[in-house]
Amino acid sequence: MSAQRDLLRFITCGSVDDGKSTLIGRLLHECGLIFDDTLAALSRDSRRHGTTGEDIDFALLLNGLEAERQQGITIDVAYRYFATPRRSFIVADTPGHEQYTRNMATGASTASLAIILVDASKGLLPQSKRHSLICSLLGIRHIVLAVNKMDLIAFDANRYTAIVEAYRDFAAKLDFTDITAIPLSARMGDNVTSASADTPWYQGPSLLQHLEEVDVVSDEVGKPFRFPVQWVNRPDANFRGFAGTIASGRIAAGQYVRLAGSGRSAQIQRIVTADGDLAEAMAGQAVTLTLSDEIDIARGDMLVAPEAPPEIADQFAANILWMGAEPMLPGRDYLLRIGQDWTQTRITSLRHGIDVNTGDHVSARTLQMNDLGLCHLATLKSMAFDSYNENRLTGAFILVDRFTHETVAAGMIRHALRRASNIHRADFTIDRAARAERNGQRPLLLWFTGLSGSGKSTIANLVEQALFAAGRHCYSLDGDNLRHGLCRDLGFTDADRVENIRRAGEVAKLMMDAGLIVLASFISPFRADRQMLRELVGAQDFLEIHVDAPIETCIARDPKGLYAKAKAGLIPNFTGLGSPYEPPETPHLRLSTGASTAKDCAAQVLAALREKGISC
Amino acid sequence: MSLKQRLPPHLARLEAEAIGILREGAAAFRRPVLLYSIGKDSSVLLHLAMKAYLPGKLPFPLLHIDTTWKFGEMIRFRDNIAQRLGLELLVHTNQEGLARGINPIASGSALHTQVMKTEALRQALDKYAFDAAFGGARRDEEKSRAKERIFSFRGPGHVWDPRAQRPELWSLFNTRIHQGESMRIFPLSNWTEYDVWDYIAAEDIPVVPLYFAAPRPVVRRAGTWIMLDDERLPLNPGEAPETKMVRFRTLGCYPLSGAVESTATTLPEIIAEMRAARSSEREGRLIDSDTEASMERKKREGYF
Repeated sequence: MSAQRDLLRFITCGSVDDGKSTLIGRLLHECGLIFDDTLAALSRDSRRHGTTGEDIDFALLLNGLEAERQQGITIDVAYRYFATPRRSFIVADTPGHEQYTRNMATGASTASLAIILVDASKGLLPQSKRHSLICSLLGIRHIVLAVNKMDLIAFDANRYTAIVEAYRDFAAKLDFTDITAIPLSARMGDNVTSASADTPWYQGPSLLQHLEEVDVVSDEVGKPFRFPVQWVNRPDANFRGFAGTIASGRIAAGQYVRLAGSGRSAQIQRIVTADGDLAEAMAGQAVTLTLSDEIDIARGDMLVAPEAPPEIADQFAANILWMGAEPMLPGRDYLLRIGQDWTQTRITSLRHGIDVNTGDHVSARTLQMNDLGLCHLATLKSMAFDSYNENRLTGAFILVDRFTHETVAAGMIRHALRRASNIHRADFTIDRAARAERNGQRPLLLWFTGLSGSGKSTIANLVEQALFAAGRHCYSLDGDNLRHGLCRDLGFTDADRVENIRRAGEVAKLMMDAGLIVLASFISPFRADRQMLRELVGAQDFLEIHVDAPIETCIARDPKGLYAKAKAGLIPNFTGLGSPYEPPETPHLRLSTGASTAKDCAAQVLAALREKGISC
Repeated sequence: MSLKQRLPPHLARLEAEAIGILREGAAAFRRPVLLYSIGKDSSVLLHLAMKAYLPGKLPFPLLHIDTTWKFGEMIRFRDNIAQRLGLELLVHTNQEGLARGINPIASGSALHTQVMKTEALRQALDKYAFDAAFGGARRDEEKSRAKERIFSFRGPGHVWDPRAQRPELWSLFNTRIHQGESMRIFPLSNWTEYDVWDYIAAEDIPVVPLYFAAPRPVVRRAGTWIMLDDERLPLNPGEAPETKMVRFRTLGCYPLSGAVESTATTLPEIIAEMRAARSSEREGRLIDSDTEASMERKKREGYF
């Protein structure tokens, strides 16, 4: 074993039938990594689930989970390990089935090389292009084009060359630094670990030889210093260190670093490790830094090279790969993790979708699972980042659903948007507080949510009458009324519903700034959107009122005849029938309009307002 | 001296990755715990944890699920390590299972594992309200582990749903959970059995002596050697204890852990023997061969 043996992480991409799992199984087998008991289990499994008859089906070695074995497809990312005297390898086996783009991206995110498998008997198919595109997008720069199943085309050099040329033509527009093509047969073992007698016309290395030799020495060390602070280590009053893994660059004791965002600088005092202090450290090392000056630094901050700072912005453009079961909706809020930092973000717009087969821009209003698009995002606070092309670790982020905590997207930052610094708020002397004082009332937003026909508008109308009679300044916003004007361009898809609520919220906020009490009646079926409103206007001024009536009651009332139409199939996506209603978990008030009269309900609202200091 | 010189590059990378994961778990969770099984992987995990938080102490306790059927040497090793390093060690046994008389001999390996390991672990995690548990499992151990996440989400009741795993990209771990949910964290995910032994040798990490060959009293059962660790193992008719030079590749409950004949008494000899081996380490573990995909089933139920 060489003392300098390094680690190479790569992924294999191919369609279900390209023989990808067979290739990895073959590599493991040829490297002596498949033990006798595993082989025995494999041959037992091959007879039960296999597709190779009496031959051992190496693919079964990789397809771990029971359900997948029965379907004969790999549905997730599996990691495999093998080593030769020259290198250790971690292989991500990633599925080639159309709907599993997200798994491929997952495997690609930590890989520095990709093997693109092509079935020689079928030639270059759209999925190989799709996989290459995703690899390129995720920052893989080294490609092996493995033209597999050469035995099926009798090791024909001309057909091989045609496939390779077609691929090189296609890949010219992608960001690869090198493409190595190898003719092989994973099932027979040709050119996998040693040169095949059947391809005398091929002079290049076998696959394994190439994997051992390929130079992927990462240039992370040559990039500017980036150190996302993972954890503040403060065991006692005498030690205060910042623990983390160096994302890029190098650092030496005595050098100055800057706290991104604050702009404050300090000198590195010590580079602490369990094996003693280091004079210097570089990308990939997990260390603890102490600084000469007391600077307020927390988990999520980033220490950077003062002469080459990252971008600092709260708006940016990014490629988004959507992974959630629920589609991405512009206007929705998500949790965002970048480096060690978490913040809240909103996808302000979807500029365009990206066709994963061609790379072409396509128009899109939402992204479904496995869709790709260029989005603009706005974050609650400024973040430090680099573009993904410049730095994979400081330019990548994930989006997490705020309620289910599912990981719903992977993002790669393209560039900061300058809009934040170019659009300044005009500053007027007469503000909300002044207007509130003049009106003698506290501006509030009463948000009535509930099914169509639950009685929202009826109750809001009664409340407004009472407020008006008591001399309060108020205004009613109504979903139907807004859709006649401001929101005339919106339909009833999920994306349009989100935008409808966002606009209603912004209008309500302006009216509150004008000193008014706003009563808003909107079905607003999604919890996430009502949470967005709460944050938009401030939780203390937002009264969520759930107008709660059983769906059967609403259908029986059907004041606008909409349920009848929806049932007849004339209105798709109707809340309560074709589209879900997510009831509030902790509303300020729940009005049971099935059990109480509208007048009683209005009285409950007025009582709640009096509690908030409103005279009425 | 720099890390780069001390360890070969691939081990230095694995070490840095594991330390990063350990720090992440400590930073992101309210009440983590390190599941300590006394085996070689746990020894490496503990060693890495001691390194990760230095100069601070381990910011969480160790938890050992004691089935009462571990090798005597394992228990002595455990108590010694905890005392020497000044660690908080929690030991939990499923008392209800014990009262029901569950044991690996009469109850069979499947029921014993279910009650005394899987259920016991769930009891302990609930009892102390741990929201994250570090474990020493590796992806190369077994097929269903190959797809396990490094930060592996468990729903209420510690249930693992292999179909609903969170995608894990870059090193951007999704550590968000709700009340009643928890995370299993595997810092050694990307290590192989070779890496573990190479690292133990490079870092001079103490391991239970049972990994080294010695003359031990054993009987031949189901194609493997079972050690007579105490008087509780009943002999079958015709079985006679022999003294053989044996060692263990994995350790668990002694009636379920098969020994291999070996003369390897030093780390270099163990490593050399392993490189020449033709069977995987789990072969000695009787619980895995119960049924096809038995590990996956156990994991869904909350096994580590």
